[in-house]
Amino acid sequence: MEQLKEKIMQIALRLLVEKRVDVVLGFQQGSIPMTSQPILIREPEHVDRIHWDSFCGSNLATYLPQRRDRVAVVAKGCDSRNIVLQILENQIKREQLYIIGVPCQGMVDRRRVLANLGGREPRQISETSEHLLIRGEEFEETLERTRFLQENCAICAHHNPTFHDELVAEPVTEENTVDRYGDIHAIESMSEDERWQHFAEILAPCIRCYACRNACPMCYCPTCFVDESMPQWLGKSIDPVDTKTFHFLRAYHLAGRCTDCGNCERVCPMDIKLRQLTKKLEKDIIELYGYEAGLSLDQRPPLDTYRPDDPQEFIR
Amino acid sequence: MADKIIKKADLPALLSRLLDHYRVYAPVRHQGMTNFEKISAADQVDLSHVNTTLSPKSLMLPQSESMFQFTSMKTVDQRGILREIEKDYSPRVIFAIRPCDAKSFQLLDLNFDTPSYRDPWWLGQRQSTTLVGLGCNQPCNTCFCTSVGSGPFSADGLDLLLIDAGDEFAIQTRTEKGKELLIKTSVESEGSEATANAVLARQESSLKAFNSTVYTENLKRHDVKALFDGDFWDELHFACINCGVCTFVCPTCWCFDIQDEVHKGNGIRLRNWDSCMFPLFTLHGSGHNPRAQKLQRLRQRFMHKLKYFVDKYDRGVACVGCGRCVQQCPVNIDIRHVFRLMNDLGA
Repeated sequence: MEQLKEKIMQIALRLLVEKRVDVVLGFQQGSIPMTSQPILIREPEHVDRIHWDSFCGSNLATYLPQRRDRVAVVAKGCDSRNIVLQILENQIKREQLYIIGVPCQGMVDRRRVLANLGGREPRQISETSEHLLIRGEEFEETLERTRFLQENCAICAHHNPTFHDELVAEPVTEENTVDRYGDIHAIESMSEDERWQHFAEILAPCIRCYACRNACPMCYCPTCFVDESMPQWLGKSIDPVDTKTFHFLRAYHLAGRCTDCGNCERVCPMDIKLRQLTKKLEKDIIELYGYEAGLSLDQRPPLDTYRPDDPQEFIR
Repeated sequence: MADKIIKKADLPALLSRLLDHYRVYAPVRHQGMTNFEKISAADQVDLSHVNTTLSPKSLMLPQSESMFQFTSMKTVDQRGILREIEKDYSPRVIFAIRPCDAKSFQLLDLNFDTPSYRDPWWLGQRQSTTLVGLGCNQPCNTCFCTSVGSGPFSADGLDLLLIDAGDEFAIQTRTEKGKELLIKTSVESEGSEATANAVLARQESSLKAFNSTVYTENLKRHDVKALFDGDFWDELHFACINCGVCTFVCPTCWCFDIQDEVHKGNGIRLRNWDSCMFPLFTLHGSGHNPRAQKLQRLRQRFMHKLKYFVDKYDRGVACVGCGRCVQQCPVNIDIRHVFRLMNDLGA
């Protein structure tokens, strides 16, 4: 991790000194253990603030839409796929970007680590490629890194940036044998009523803070449908109908565009398993159109194009 | 000084007696998350948390409160008349609330219970509630109540304060409501000197465990415009995604929006939490938005808490140091850092 961080700094420094870009979009270390903060670096002398570790789970593509300057962006596999989509959707231009690709080993889920510590508070975290070393006031613990990955990272098939100007390390080996859709199969096998009940239950704790939407790199609408006021499409209370409408509609807007970066779940204060909605759509898009979002600049998301041979069996 | 004690082993029995007399809200743990919920049995209560994920704000200021009902049907002669919706304001207890959260209610009183306006729903909740606090033997890394006029064993705003003193809870009585609760639930055992010593030891060790401090002494004298124009906002706001996490988990964010919802001629008037982080919060009917930019919205939140509130009420900052926003901001915008930037302006 240290080496990756050093390498990102070197690249950032070079790009800023050579005036190849105006800004570098990366991470700085957070103020509490297991957090990080997206940061925009403009001056070469500030590159030492750049940080990289297993807690850089934010998707930096979220900060790109409508930028006008030349940006170097630190991108994990998922981030790079979202950048591809944003380019396709005219949110940013390829020429503006310099993508510093980071072969990713999966991001660690802070909540899972905290749950494992059972109330004991970490003061300091360091890590090796396989372990997390956690120090607290009166304890020290070594955890196996892979057991605490974000759920989306544990089943990720695109750790390596699909699209980049430079890689900070050798690509990692992709794991292609995992079943990405175990939980989705389980939901698919439910009856309609059970499924409705299931989604009602997982969405019930929602407090409508919209962190999921705002953290999503593909939710860049200037005004979201939930924020329309003339007419107002959706109630503002926490009525379950409104809450479900928000989440279901948002998910449908992401069909064929979601890269399963997991940022929605990462930021949810109520720990809602939002990816159960988006992953089903991701699976459908693969099955219907053979398309995975953000792998190529030559292929548009299937729902914003039309081909005469598009599958139509599901339209009744 | 402890007035009474209760053995920890007797806590379930006490909770059961409470349930005979009150509606009881207490910390309940669900899937790794502890929040205040209405309980129906003593064994639902979980006191292993440092603090709840969400503040108990919603117990006084519900996220969505139905205030009035009305009909818009032409055939009904009561058309358009707002009728207040009845509420259950029978006696209730909020059990094991932390001192920081209790203090937040006092700060919210400044807004909802004023000489010129006394909010009936706020008062209804406040007056029906007895607050039983639980002191904090082990503050967490992000707790800084001691810097903002409270403390791990502060009984301000509480009716009773429980202090975990080993095998027993020492109970400090602060109000008549608190006394009444002890009588109703037959808590009679007096604390011994050993209890008093145990409490003192806990208080000392807890205070030592704090490692977050914020400074506020310059906030009042700083020029409001100078703070507003501070050059730090630009860098500070960059990471913000403008979600409502900080405002919704915050015990002192009180802003709300009023909406009518009408279905088939029957309507209710609701008061819903709102957030200054949302663009819609300030959108005018004309379409103009005075806070159209993210920077303006983030600045508003911190200026309100750490400057406008300070100037208007002279009661310190609108922050009780619970640290929830620090723990839960998805992009680690740390209010302790903002305290520093604002307090140290020009230094």
